[in-house]
Amino acid sequence: MTDWRLPLRQVGERTVAVLDEIGYCAVLVFQSVYWLAVGPRARQPVRLGATIDSMIDFGVQALPIATLLAATIGIMLAIQSLYSLGLFGAQQYAYIGIALSVAREFSPIIMGILVAGRSGSALAARIGSMTINQEIDALDVMGINPVRFLVTPALLGFLVMLPCLTMWANFVSIIAAGFYVSAVLHGTLAGYLRDTLDVLHAKDLWQGLGKSVLFGLIIAVIGAVNGSNAKKGAEDVGRVTTRAVVQSITLIVVTDMIFAYLTTH
Amino acid sequence: MATSPLAARPVPDVETEEIVAVDHLDFFYGDRQVLFDVSLTVRRGEIVVIMGGSGSGKTTLLRHLMGLMPAQPGKIRLFGKDIARLSEGEMQELRRKMGVAFQSGALFSSMNVTDNITLPLRELVQLDEETMAIMARLKLETVNLSGFGDLMPSELSGGMVKRASIARAIVMDPQLLFLDEPTSGLDPAVSAQIDDLVLKLRAAMNMSVVIITHDPKSAFTVADRILILDQGRIVIDGPPDLVRASRDERVRNLLQRRFEETDIDPAQYLRRIMGKDEDAHP
Repeated sequence: MTDWRLPLRQVGERTVAVLDEIGYCAVLVFQSVYWLAVGPRARQPVRLGATIDSMIDFGVQALPIATLLAATIGIMLAIQSLYSLGLFGAQQYAYIGIALSVAREFSPIIMGILVAGRSGSALAARIGSMTINQEIDALDVMGINPVRFLVTPALLGFLVMLPCLTMWANFVSIIAAGFYVSAVLHGTLAGYLRDTLDVLHAKDLWQGLGKSVLFGLIIAVIGAVNGSNAKKGAEDVGRVTTRAVVQSITLIVVTDMIFAYLTTH
Repeated sequence: MATSPLAARPVPDVETEEIVAVDHLDFFYGDRQVLFDVSLTVRRGEIVVIMGGSGSGKTTLLRHLMGLMPAQPGKIRLFGKDIARLSEGEMQELRRKMGVAFQSGALFSSMNVTDNITLPLRELVQLDEETMAIMARLKLETVNLSGFGDLMPSELSGGMVKRASIARAIVMDPQLLFLDEPTSGLDPAVSAQIDDLVLKLRAAMNMSVVIITHDPKSAFTVADRILILDQGRIVIDGPPDLVRASRDERVRNLLQRRFEETDIDPAQYLRRIMGKDEDAHP
């Protein structure tokens, strides 16, 4: 083959590989929904115990770091809001920006990035090492569908726990910001929270929660697809794990922007 | 396709029902052809050993036999059914008649040995816990691992992992058992135990067994038929005595090279790699 064709061939191969991966993501989602719907009737239900374990792992055990991050984000937002609004002598309205940006943007995206780094990577590494150790093949040959056995419980765990973490982050961020703002402006925390609840509407919370569900789907599918792409050994597990985290975070940020655009227009 | 005149020889003491039948199977990885016109049968109660060097296509063939890879040109029938025509559900039903022990063991590292063994029962049959525990205990006894059910896979030796993997493979009482390199990495005494176990299982359960191995000693101990693959082609398919007597250069090379490696004296090997062996460096 002549040299000028080689780059074209590489671009073509990469494009096919990307399309293949997107198709595989769709298959995983479809199969997960299928097993949720059909599994109980086929006497092969999605494992409740594994689903609860996933929820504990992805959600409950992430609470300390989620709380720390949420409180830090709340205080950071309070510092910046007081500074920027202080330029116009409008510091008393800081709660509006803080409440809306926490509920609509910061909580879902920070929790999404946290869970992608903490649990999406763990899912990719687990499925990757199982692929290399032939455990996935073993499941297949035993007649146990690997998607039902491994992916669906993890997907459910992400879909349920990411919105829960997002709600928790809303609460912690607003309280932490409230402490800071009321201390600086010599007000009360109760007054700050009352003002915040006046400005915060259900649709703001739903916007954040809707995003977090989408982020949960992204993290689970990207983690599972990358994990199943591991082929050669421990080194490959590291590669697919890193790839899963980078892809998840990138997709979370891009999805967040698209979601924000669509829901504010 | 077998090129040897020995291919058509009947194998004694096995039934005629074909459990596995492969017809003219080819397989390509991208542009590279890995399997060339492979045909073979495995009958009920028969132990067939597939041997070959690295890259000969053994693992690819095994993955086809297990239904993990679609047959490209060619046809694979398991229990008389063309697997390309089966739905996912029908394939799952078929897989309940099969057991596989992988080369690495493929035990689930997050589960203890008993949970690994009872996994197919728990997921596919839904028996009560007590019955599953009894069945796990029986299978552990069969593979001489009584008392090890509570250990995690990481706490087992290589031979114990292989045996636990075989226990999991037979927990559903399969009619067809695949063993991928069951003796690789094991010392001769443990390898002999695994060979005994395979023969015992066949005698007890009349199952058909397909074994992939590099180990000629093990192959000649257990096989009713030996099939040798070289660069994706079957070069011989026949009973052990006839394979041993083969004058085909590729067969001789494979068997002799391996026997030399197996029978090497450790002290001599050490001298050789340190450059002190006069025979090795005349």
